[in-house]
Amino acid sequence: MKKWASIKNNLPAILFLSIIAGAWEAAVRLLALPAHILPSPTAIVMALIESFPLLAMHTRVTFTAVLGGLALSILLSLLLALAMDRWKPLKQALYPILVISQAVPIFALAPLILIWFGAGLLPKVLIVTLVCFFPLTVNLIEGFSQVDPEAVDLMKTMQAGQLMILRSVQIPSTLPYFFSGLKIAATYSVLGAIIGEWLAARAGLGIFMLRSMHSFRTSQLFASIIVVVILSLILFKLVELTGKLAMPWHKNTQENFKG
Amino acid sequence: MTGTGLLELKEVSSSYYSGETLLPVLDNVSLKVGEGEFVSLLGPSGSGKSTVLKIAAGLLEPDRGRVIYRGRDVTGEPRRVGYMPQQDMLFPWKTLAQNAALPLLCAGSGKRDAAARVEEMLPLFGLEGFGDYYPYQLSGGMRQRSALMRTMLIESNLWLLDEPFAALDALTRENLQGWLLRIWERFKGAVLFVTHSIDEAIYLSDRVYMISNRPGRIILEEVINLPRPRPRQVITTAQFAGYKETLLRTLAGEGY
Repeated sequence: MKKWASIKNNLPAILFLSIIAGAWEAAVRLLALPAHILPSPTAIVMALIESFPLLAMHTRVTFTAVLGGLALSILLSLLLALAMDRWKPLKQALYPILVISQAVPIFALAPLILIWFGAGLLPKVLIVTLVCFFPLTVNLIEGFSQVDPEAVDLMKTMQAGQLMILRSVQIPSTLPYFFSGLKIAATYSVLGAIIGEWLAARAGLGIFMLRSMHSFRTSQLFASIIVVVILSLILFKLVELTGKLAMPWHKNTQENFKG
Repeated sequence: MTGTGLLELKEVSSSYYSGETLLPVLDNVSLKVGEGEFVSLLGPSGSGKSTVLKIAAGLLEPDRGRVIYRGRDVTGEPRRVGYMPQQDMLFPWKTLAQNAALPLLCAGSGKRDAAARVEEMLPLFGLEGFGDYYPYQLSGGMRQRSALMRTMLIESNLWLLDEPFAALDALTRENLQGWLLRIWERFKGAVLFVTHSIDEAIYLSDRVYMISNRPGRIILEEVINLPRPRPRQVITTAQFAGYKETLLRTLAGEGY
């Protein structure tokens, strides 16, 4: 029932995409556009199939940097948000800097990181971290500040220690904020890794894109776009699923409210 | 019963800032709760009743006055006490059983011991078979019983209950009042019970303090000499009506 409903909901979008692809295919054939300007959808699918082994290898490299960066940014933002929640002066000192740091374009910072750390995995991980760190930290800070003081009071009347309060109240009540930050971070993360690869790397989807571009293999460029989209979607869904598993109460209450 | 004081508030005053203006909440409130005694604090909404409980629990420091617990000055000192805030405060991320086990875990019990203890208490609170339910899956009455169960498991001989039945429909409310009396007679803790219902205060209590509109002052202390255990029918007796009249008259004197 539920599966069918979700297919039914997506039907208009699928239909619309098919129409566009059909029109695209027809236009390329009728106008006889050269493949390096605009390849037809079938040519793109062919390119996807032909360069699959190569694409898979580059995707693995990019994915490693993405996962590394996400993990590092989760760890850093958790520590920083906790520290800022505990010591208000730290929050007052750092919060404006955090916001300002987001005004510096990542394209300007990335070259610096590459100069300092070379062209391996580490600089890419750091760039992903830079991109993902902000939405995570801001959401976590918001989450910690929304913890109900009455809940903390109640824990005090049970003589609960700091760690117990953190575990039983602060962390669970912050989880929804954490996961909405992580959803944003996950979608940014692939972008971050590819930017790093554009600037300097030996392998990765960014490198594949650069090489395709330089050799005017436009169909391969489109194929890599499809891979990037799929990669981002998988990450997003993965975060969503983890969130549902980690917060059974949250998913259920949401469904309840929807009726 | 009032002789051996378990908890005593001595001339407590409290206020808070609302923006720039200082709002007085409590004005010179003194009250006593004896060992095993059921005491109600009755007053209109916004009269600072919840503030009295918070001060009694040591969660809030009064501007003036002292809180004495078992002969010791514990003003502004959070300590182990069966405090039940106005919203039931069951954590939505924990099941009923996990919520109820929390005070035991805080007191250093092992997970398994705590779970066993909770399991054994569930029937007494009419919650058998509901241990694995999340709070949103429970009815209002069940939530209040769960919160009371958690409060009992804090294992203090003093319970501070903040309008536990205020949000319930009239029938569930009457039902839970009778049930609370049975639980109390069994556990024999002292209760400081905040309510804005005159009938509820008389039916439950050994003694009723009436608090005025903000800033709250104690305007009446009335000993309720109805027999225990108290059947529901006691509310139709002349004696009950007499108490009710006294309390209503005091309220009328305050302009209600």
